[in-house]
Amino acid sequence: MHNMPADPTLHHAPPQGFIRKYVFSLDHKVIGKQYYGLGLLAVFTGMVLSWIMRIHLGWTNAPVPGVGFFTPVGAPGGVITPELYLQIMTMHATLMVFFVLTVAPFAAYGNFFLPIQVGAEDMPFPHFNMLSFWVTFVAFCVLVSSFFVGDGPTLAGWTAYAPLSAVGSAAGPGQGTGQVLWAAAIGIFCIGQLLGSLNFIPTTLDLRAKGMTFSRMPYTVWAWFITSLMGLTAFAVLMPACVLLILDHVAGTSFFVASNLVINDQLVPHAGGSTLLWQHLFWFFGHPEVYIAIVPGMGIVSHVLSTNLRRPLLSYKVIIGSILTIAFLSYMVYGHHMFVSGMNPASSLAFSFPTLIITIPATIIVLIWLGSIYKSRLRINSASLFALGFISMFISGGISGFFLAQPTIDIMLHATYFVVGHFHLVMAVAAIFGIFAGTYFWYPKMFGRMLDERLGKLHFWLTFVGAYCIFMPFHYLGFAANVRRYQAFVDDYTIHLIPVHRFITVAALVTGAAQFIFFYNIIHSRFWGKPAPDNPWEGTSLEWTIPSPPPFDNFGGKHPIVTHDAYQYGVDAPNGKDYVMQDAPEDIAPRAPAES
Amino acid sequence: MAKLLAVTIILIAIGSAIPIWGHYWEAPADVSTHGHLIDSQMSDTMVESGICFLVSQIVLAVFIWKYANRGREHAIGRIPGGALGLVLLAFLVVGSEVIALGVLGTRAWAEVYFNPPGPNAMPVQVQAGQFAFYFRYPGPDGVFGPIHPDMISEATEYFFGLDTTHDAAAKDDIVTAEMDIPVNREIHLLMHSKDLGHSFFVPAMRIQQDFVPGLDLSLHFTGAKIGRYEIVCTQLCGLGHYNMKAYLSVLSQDDFDKWLKQEAALQ
Repeated sequence: MHNMPADPTLHHAPPQGFIRKYVFSLDHKVIGKQYYGLGLLAVFTGMVLSWIMRIHLGWTNAPVPGVGFFTPVGAPGGVITPELYLQIMTMHATLMVFFVLTVAPFAAYGNFFLPIQVGAEDMPFPHFNMLSFWVTFVAFCVLVSSFFVGDGPTLAGWTAYAPLSAVGSAAGPGQGTGQVLWAAAIGIFCIGQLLGSLNFIPTTLDLRAKGMTFSRMPYTVWAWFITSLMGLTAFAVLMPACVLLILDHVAGTSFFVASNLVINDQLVPHAGGSTLLWQHLFWFFGHPEVYIAIVPGMGIVSHVLSTNLRRPLLSYKVIIGSILTIAFLSYMVYGHHMFVSGMNPASSLAFSFPTLIITIPATIIVLIWLGSIYKSRLRINSASLFALGFISMFISGGISGFFLAQPTIDIMLHATYFVVGHFHLVMAVAAIFGIFAGTYFWYPKMFGRMLDERLGKLHFWLTFVGAYCIFMPFHYLGFAANVRRYQAFVDDYTIHLIPVHRFITVAALVTGAAQFIFFYNIIHSRFWGKPAPDNPWEGTSLEWTIPSPPPFDNFGGKHPIVTHDAYQYGVDAPNGKDYVMQDAPEDIAPRAPAES
Repeated sequence: MAKLLAVTIILIAIGSAIPIWGHYWEAPADVSTHGHLIDSQMSDTMVESGICFLVSQIVLAVFIWKYANRGREHAIGRIPGGALGLVLLAFLVVGSEVIALGVLGTRAWAEVYFNPPGPNAMPVQVQAGQFAFYFRYPGPDGVFGPIHPDMISEATEYFFGLDTTHDAAAKDDIVTAEMDIPVNREIHLLMHSKDLGHSFFVPAMRIQQDFVPGLDLSLHFTGAKIGRYEIVCTQLCGLGHYNMKAYLSVLSQDDFDKWLKQEAALQ
């Protein structure tokens, strides 16, 4: 930890010209906004794809409006073909997991707020930071380009299990060029995220302002820091795995293809590979990825909640310790995705116990949140509503994880809609609620305008109830052994479940439509929203000590000196406020928090 | 608005539990000899998780109801026991669940995976390929003929690539499109994939296992109730994945013998 260097020339100069200011910007705040924009583009695309999937699942033989226009081959007369369904499903999941759940809470908010919250002028390697975004953007373009080449994108799912993903077009539409583009896109994405992590870590370790000790860092800083560490190891495994997958396609190697496979009555010219190797490499990344998506949300919710409860959470150290424990355990649990994969059954038990144990730190975090609401002064606004919604979703999704942690039960629930319900609630919806909480909380700081609170609350209500209507019934379908990744339900025992699917489809359409309220709000408010004050929520951390939006160098040439921890709320400060800013002069230190 | 949120959370929590409580949608009834272990493990987990789910959501709702929009005239309070109490509570509640479910719940898993099939288990081989299952019975010699991948042909219905001209063990092998088994007879299922990853899921039989290309796996189970049950693929294997299915019929021993004789005659 040291002071920011006094000589600003050590960092990049103020941007000149449109290109340097808005396109190839070195400013962490602009890069954060670029990531946020990319996340919005990806979430919109992913949501539209999910609508198409849901309409098709509810009414399999009915045309889906508009799809036939875009792809007359994939949807003759608008009716989705089985291969197009799987291609849309794969792209939906890939876009959402990588370009929304990883990009928005981590790369977007982390870029914008991490340097500010630690009191830094920027990240230590601004060119790497710029490169990180543009590499990620290239990855997005490569992925989306697969819609327009050959026989379309891969249909192998976001998990890209080999050998379906490795043997080429013989295995089905999209398994040639589409699959290679997928692997290339994800490999490139990994590089982008590694570059990001390489900036986040030294920013946290080396660029903290004077007085910003580890124990004074906001929850969000810890969350992004821990996520960076996870990303560094997880993406470093996925990237070479993608390279190996591409080599199996283009260089005749057999990393993931076993000997003597026969596809379409033709012997596949590969020998000696291991199909389970892909699963091990993928899930070694894949399970930490779940936490890469959700840990920033935990940080955001803890940060937003503290501000709106007007008190510090019950224990700072317990929250940070629990997140660290989760991150550590996240590397020991990945095998629970593979209980029935054919790996040694004894390893299933070895992976089951850490999976069950990881629920302990997760439960502790939830209990600390709940215990902190007790006798607080909870303020209700759009940000706090989404933070509370996050807790509710995280509880629901987390508890269903208890089923999937047990190999015995996994025999019945593996690959069913129960899994879909579980990971959507705990990883997707909860994380997106974290993103929404962050947006309603930080938008005034990012853009200098207030969002419309009435629209924000309407957005919350429709999304909260809608998300439960979509994802809770998935669990019931799973209990009824309804297998996922089917484009139609032709099994006798699933026919009676189709009305449930139709209910989910209607809920998905309504909930998706409600997101346009959000899109309208952030676009309209950007230009016509009420000007935001510096500290609209009466927050304490450093982002609230600077103008909205912040100047180019964040602190206007000054170097903050931190004198208090990040959550001095619920106090009787000498200035009459119930909070003390992190950089308040030490001689106005508050009296002890008022407690009863 | 806070009170409305509290009520909404409680309604959602209770509403979510009703279909479970009412058994609205359930898996096909168990027809295996080991499935009761899985079902009871599922029930135990449901009870413990259900209580945790309802209690946590209700506590969240009650706290929102009580403590929202309180002014500075209300003192900030500390929950009895504080953070340490909550940490201990988490260890106690979740720790006991981990022990109860994690340790005791391994019984069914061990039954299926750790105990080898009995000496009298009847061997049946299943081969998965895009997008069908085929089954093979070893015939009177009790030995499966070797698979020749280069001879596999869907077009000529050489599903297993058997060389009946040169391999004596293959001559009496019986290849079928449906899996029939005698009731109350343990089956030793040998799993082979000819092309990609697939899975063998029989919900009523409480078994699910992936096929791993290049690695032959096995399962053993016993059908306890006569009937016809669906076998489905749960591992995404291509555009026809949704329609990759077959039937498993559990027959009386007499009916099974008749069926096998008929199938042998068709080879």
